Amino acid sequence: MKKIISLTLALLIFAAAALPSFAEVDVKSGYDYTRFKNDKITLNVYNWGEYISNGNDDSVDVIDEFQKLTGITVNYTTFDTNESLYAKLKSGGGNYDVIIPSDYMIGKMVKEDMLAELDFANIPNASLIGDSYKKSDYDSENKYSVAYMWGLIGIVYNKTMVDEGDLAEGWGLLWDEQYAGQILMFNNSRDAFGITSMLIGSEINPTAQAEIDACAEKLKAQKSVVQAYVMDEIFDKMGGGEAALAPYYAGDGITMMQDNPDLGMFIPQEGSNLYIDAMCIPKTSKNKQAAEMFINFMCETSIALANAEYICYSSPQIEVPALLDEEYSQNPMMYPDEDMLSRCTTYSVLSDEINSAMDLAWSEVRSFDTSGNGWLMPVALVLMLAISIFGFVRKWKKEHRNDY
Amino acid sequence: MFKKRSLAAPYLVWMVAFIAVPLVIVVYFAFTDKTGAFTLENIMSLGMYTTVFVRSILLAIVATVVCLVLAFPLSYMLSRMHTSTQSMMTMLVMLPMWMNFLLRTYAWMSLLENNGLINRFLGVFGIGPFQMINTSGAVVLGMVYNYLPYMILPLYTIMVKIDSSVIEAAQDLGANMFSVLFRVLIPLSMDGITTGITMVFVPSISTFIISRMLGGGSNLLIGDLIELQFLGNSYNYNLGSAMSLVLMVIVLMCMSFTTADTEEMEAMV
Repeated sequence: MKKIISLTLALLIFAAAALPSFAEVDVKSGYDYTRFKNDKITLNVYNWGEYISNGNDDSVDVIDEFQKLTGITVNYTTFDTNESLYAKLKSGGGNYDVIIPSDYMIGKMVKEDMLAELDFANIPNASLIGDSYKKSDYDSENKYSVAYMWGLIGIVYNKTMVDEGDLAEGWGLLWDEQYAGQILMFNNSRDAFGITSMLIGSEINPTAQAEIDACAEKLKAQKSVVQAYVMDEIFDKMGGGEAALAPYYAGDGITMMQDNPDLGMFIPQEGSNLYIDAMCIPKTSKNKQAAEMFINFMCETSIALANAEYICYSSPQIEVPALLDEEYSQNPMMYPDEDMLSRCTTYSVLSDEINSAMDLAWSEVRSFDTSGNGWLMPVALVLMLAISIFGFVRKWKKEHRNDY
Repeated sequence: MFKKRSLAAPYLVWMVAFIAVPLVIVVYFAFTDKTGAFTLENIMSLGMYTTVFVRSILLAIVATVVCLVLAFPLSYMLSRMHTSTQSMMTMLVMLPMWMNFLLRTYAWMSLLENNGLINRFLGVFGIGPFQMINTSGAVVLGMVYNYLPYMILPLYTIMVKIDSSVIEAAQDLGANMFSVLFRVLIPLSMDGITTGITMVFVPSISTFIISRMLGGGSNLLIGDLIELQFLGNSYNYNLGSAMSLVLMVIVLMCMSFTTADTEEMEAMV
């Protein structure tokens, strides 16, 4: 069976190469995509890694289609965390026209006046974005961003290692002694604290030091059962059966499940974090209109559908779910019911003090060592003593030698 | 004379622009707050991270000592080989460096895992599995593996210069193995030893990717801590700079110690 598939794929690739390429996506009429055709514009798009349909596995090559349609050259680069995107923009390195950060980072950028106000006359397709993804906490007047994808955080588990009856424990499963040494945890303070706050029932967006301390205590207690703090290494470790449980983003979890049928995923009953990644234009952009054209293109039904199918994240575009394969549109991990959604919260911008407190608490959690703390200092002391004794002995020897 | 000096100009410009200026910026940020006012707050708050600093120094020292113990006999053996064999063997030493650093470390991750190759191999004989990954031992292993060539090469280059007749003379005069080692070989290769120590200790103490991949993220080192300041939630480059400054001072201390040693030795000879 596999052979037939690969043979078909090979033939398809061959056919695609042999045929002259033509734009195959249909876009809504009434929008002039060709008005910058002769302006030789280069658009710098900065997106998460693996976060767009790129033509692999017979999918639509979105960037390529856009270039063919508009004559605009796209310089597409990727980042791996919101924080590295922020650091890059803040330090003035890189001139980007379209960026796709997450909710709380958009809020932070709005607060620091880093984003340009969008001209929605150039983005008519923004009307296709569901109302619940507009006027959000991070962009209260819906002036700076157009939602691209959203999703929830769930727990990925290995069916052969985890008793499915235990799933009722919810987030507490990640603290379960029974699975000591087989649990992976986010290596990212915001998500780690977010999960913990859902477990102990405090605010997901902490406003006081006491809430941070409570979460940090809980995270320290978890440390003895955690195998490792990881991010994308999860794909390898869960895929290879190295760990039994790991919290991760639902879209990536679905990708993992497709690769390893032993894996399952669920959203704990306590609720979860709902994250939204949205397209924005930095203030420094020199091609704002072309950037708005790109955003409009990304909201086209055919393009949004192609992206949603390829990356397995949930699309905020209202026409997409109906067109998706049932395997996706009926998947509670991707499009959960209202009841679950009502229990999910979005991250908002934290104050500078809370951010610093969280980072400090997080490094404390990670350097806190239940077993090693005892021997660390004595060994250091002994070593330093040994070095000084060595120094003295050498000196003494040298003086002795000079006696001859 | 002047002409010769002007040849160094490109490097001088490079050094000022990309080494001296950034250093000044790091020092500036370390002693200022977000508004640019002078403060000692950043340095003082580092007290909270003492365990991380101690752990980093300790692991780096262990890695350096292991490297030295492994590299010294090997370099000696290499330097006594036939010339044609020598070039081939040095190439073998360099061979792992042809591969990407991240890839090498990633490979160790899949070797050491509980379901990894080593544990599966031991499992055939009914031994184990041993907990190897996510320990400080694994971090030291990663450092030793990645930086061992930096210890071997300077040791080897200095040892090829030692004439075999010097060693033979020592033996003729009745020196036993230990005397030859401690009174002839080690003093003569001291330059290589100090260079090697610096070249292993400095990258070991500032690494962050090794501890993240092999230490499971819970063996936090100074490098991780600095990264966290820039790519964490708070984007506190002032605190990050203060940490870098302390790291630089540690390195400086280590280097001053080792260079003082060489001068002493030269004076002795």
